[in-house]
Amino acid sequence: MNATLRPIKNKAELGLAELFAAAGQRLPGGPAIAKLRAIAFDRFAAAGLPHPRIEAWKYTDLRRLMAEAKPLAALPDAAARSRAADAGGLFAGLGFRRLVIIDGSFVPELSDLADMEAGLTIQAMASAFAADDLGQAARLSPAAEDSAAVSLNSALAADGVVVEIAPEARIERPIHLAFVTTTEAASFVKSLVVIGNGARATLVESHEGPDRCGYQVNSVLQMLVGDRGEVEHVKVIQEGDAALHVGTLLGHVGSQAILREYGLITGGAVVRNELTLRLAGERTTATLHGASLLAGRQHADTTLLVDHQAPHCESREVFKSVVDDEARAVFQGRITVRPDAQKTDGKMMARGLLLSDAAEFNCKPELEIFADDVQCGHGSTTGALDDELKFYLQARGIPEKQAEALLIQAFVGEVFESVAQDGVREALLAAMTAWLDGRG
Amino acid sequence: MTALLEIRDLQAEIDGRQILNGLTLTVNAGEIHAIMGPNGAGKSTLSYVLAGRPGYEITGGEVFFRGEDLLAMEPDERAAKGLFLAFQYPLEIPGVATLTFLRTALNAQRKKRGEAEMSSPDVLKRVRELAKELSIDAEMLRRPLNVGFSGGEKKRNETLQMALLEPKLCVLDETDSGLDIDALKVVATGVNQLRSQERGMIVITHYQRLLDYIVPDVVHVLSAGRIVRTGGRELALELEATGYARYQDEAA
Repeated sequence: MNATLRPIKNKAELGLAELFAAAGQRLPGGPAIAKLRAIAFDRFAAAGLPHPRIEAWKYTDLRRLMAEAKPLAALPDAAARSRAADAGGLFAGLGFRRLVIIDGSFVPELSDLADMEAGLTIQAMASAFAADDLGQAARLSPAAEDSAAVSLNSALAADGVVVEIAPEARIERPIHLAFVTTTEAASFVKSLVVIGNGARATLVESHEGPDRCGYQVNSVLQMLVGDRGEVEHVKVIQEGDAALHVGTLLGHVGSQAILREYGLITGGAVVRNELTLRLAGERTTATLHGASLLAGRQHADTTLLVDHQAPHCESREVFKSVVDDEARAVFQGRITVRPDAQKTDGKMMARGLLLSDAAEFNCKPELEIFADDVQCGHGSTTGALDDELKFYLQARGIPEKQAEALLIQAFVGEVFESVAQDGVREALLAAMTAWLDGRG
Repeated sequence: MTALLEIRDLQAEIDGRQILNGLTLTVNAGEIHAIMGPNGAGKSTLSYVLAGRPGYEITGGEVFFRGEDLLAMEPDERAAKGLFLAFQYPLEIPGVATLTFLRTALNAQRKKRGEAEMSSPDVLKRVRELAKELSIDAEMLRRPLNVGFSGGEKKRNETLQMALLEPKLCVLDETDSGLDIDALKVVATGVNQLRSQERGMIVITHYQRLLDYIVPDVVHVLSAGRIVRTGGRELALELEATGYARYQDEAA
C-alpha cells in the first residue's frame, strides 16, 4: 500500500516494536513464517496505531485508547489453567465441543477432543506455524494490508486453533471456541476455520477475562466457507471491565452458501469488532446480526464490510446498540457491490437506544455500488425509551426497571430471533438478561 | 368503614395549566360511579393522575386509596394495591408478546403483595379462560401487545387485563371511544362480570350510551376540573337530552 512512512512515536507503538523485536525467537514458525511476520510488522509500523483521521477508525482512536503495550502473555501455567476451568460458561451444559484458548494459547488438555466426527479436524495454530509450509502462508497470514489490527496479529500471533470441516461433512455438534484471559498481558491469537464445499457447522466464540485487569486481546478469525457451505457463527464478547479487545473476522464465502453471523458485546472497556465478509460466489445468503449492550464508560465499535463480489447474493444486516451511562456505541457498516455483482439484494439497519443523556451512538452506514441492477438500502435510528410505553407497563404493576428491561428486550429481540440452534439463542438471551439484571 | 377511594379537593396541572380545580369524590366498594363531562373538563387528567402518569403536578388536595396516600405511590405500587386504569388509547408495544406481558404484570403484582408467583401454565390456563369469555382469539395472545389490533380488540384486551389482575378499583377512561355497538356490548359484558361488592368502578365517558350497558349507581358531572353536580342514573339521561352547555357556562 502507499501509506506514508511516519516515525513511530507513541508509547504503545514503541512498546509494540520492542515486543516484536524481543519476541522474535519465541514465536512459532520457521523461516517462511518468520518472514511473513516481519513483513506484517513493517506494514503495521509504517502506519502506526489507527486514529480518527483514518476513516475506518473515525470514532475509535486506538492511539489514545491503547495507552501502552502490555507484555506478551506467557504460556498458561497451572494457576492460569485452573482459573480458566470454567471458560465459556455461557454455553456450558449444552453439549458443545469446547476448545479452550487461554491467554492466546490453545490448551488441548482442557479441550474436548474426544469422539471427533468424521470430516472434522482440529489442531493448534502453533503447530500449523511450526510446519512452516509456505503453501499455507496465505491462509496463515491473511492479506489485509489496510488493517493495523490484522497486521499486528499476523506479526505477533503465537497460537489459536485451526478447525477444518471436510467437504460434505455435516457437523451437528456446535464447536465452541472459549477464549479466556487470566493475566494482565497482551495476547495475539489467530484462528482459521475452513468449511468445505457442502459442509455444515455451527461455531460459537466466547471471549472473557477478569475485571479490573487491563489486559489486551487481538483476535483474528479467518473463515473460509466453500460452495454450498452452511455455517452459523456467533461471537460473544464479555471481556473484563478494563480490557481492550480488538477482534477481526475475515470471511470469504463461496457460491450458494448460507452464512448466519451473530455478535453480542456486553463486556470490555474498549472493544473494536471488525467483520469483513467477501461474498465471492453466486447466490449466497448472508445474515449478519449484532447487539451491543453497554454501560459505564464502555466504548464498543462494530465495523462491518460486506463485499458483494458475485451476482445474485443476498445480505441482511441488523445491528442494535443499547447504551447506558456514559458509554459509547459505534456502528460503521458498508455494503460494497462490485461491478459484476448484479442482482445483489442488500439491506442494512442500525438502531441505537440511549438510556441516559450522556450515552452516545455513532452510526455510519455506507453503500458503495458499482453495479447497475441491484436492490440495496440502509436505515438508521437513534432514540430513547418511550415514556408512554413505560407508563403503560408500570400502570399494570410492572416496576420501572423491569418495564425498561422488557422494552429493551423488545428492542434487541429480533437480532437473535433467527439463530437456528435453540441452545445458542437461549444463551444469547440469557447473556442479555444478565446484563439487564445488572442494571438493578 | 374506610372508603375505597377518597379524593379531597384535588388540584393538578400540566405544563403550568391548571386542569383539576378542587375535585372531591368518594367511591366505596361495590359502587359504580360514572363521571361525565364535556371535552376538556379534566376527565382523562383525573384518570391519569390517579394512575400516576408522569408529567402532572399535584398542586393541592389529597387522595386516599384503601386508606393510604395514593399520590405518594409509584404507578406500579398503585396497580399492585388494586388500582386499574383501562386506557382510552391502549398502547402498542412491538416485541413484547401479549401473553408475556400479562404474565409479567400478574406476577409483578403478586410479588409486590407478597403472594406466590403463578406458574406459566397456570397463567396460560387462566388467560385462555378469560379470553374465551371475551371472544378474544387465542392467536392474539401470541402477537405483540396491541400491535395491529383493531380498536375493539384493544379494548377487549384491556378488559382481559382487568379481569386477570382482579383490581379493587377500575377506572375506565372513555372505554366506549372507537367501539362499534357489538364491540361495546362484549366489553360491557366483560366489565359487568367484574361487578362485585368488593370492587368499585369509575366509568369516565362523554356519552350516556355506555351507561345503558354499564349501569352506574351514581353519576357526576365534571366541568372545568370540578364535580359540579351529582345524581342518580337519571342525570345521565338528562345530560343526553340537554347537553353540557349549561355546565360549561356555570364553570366559566
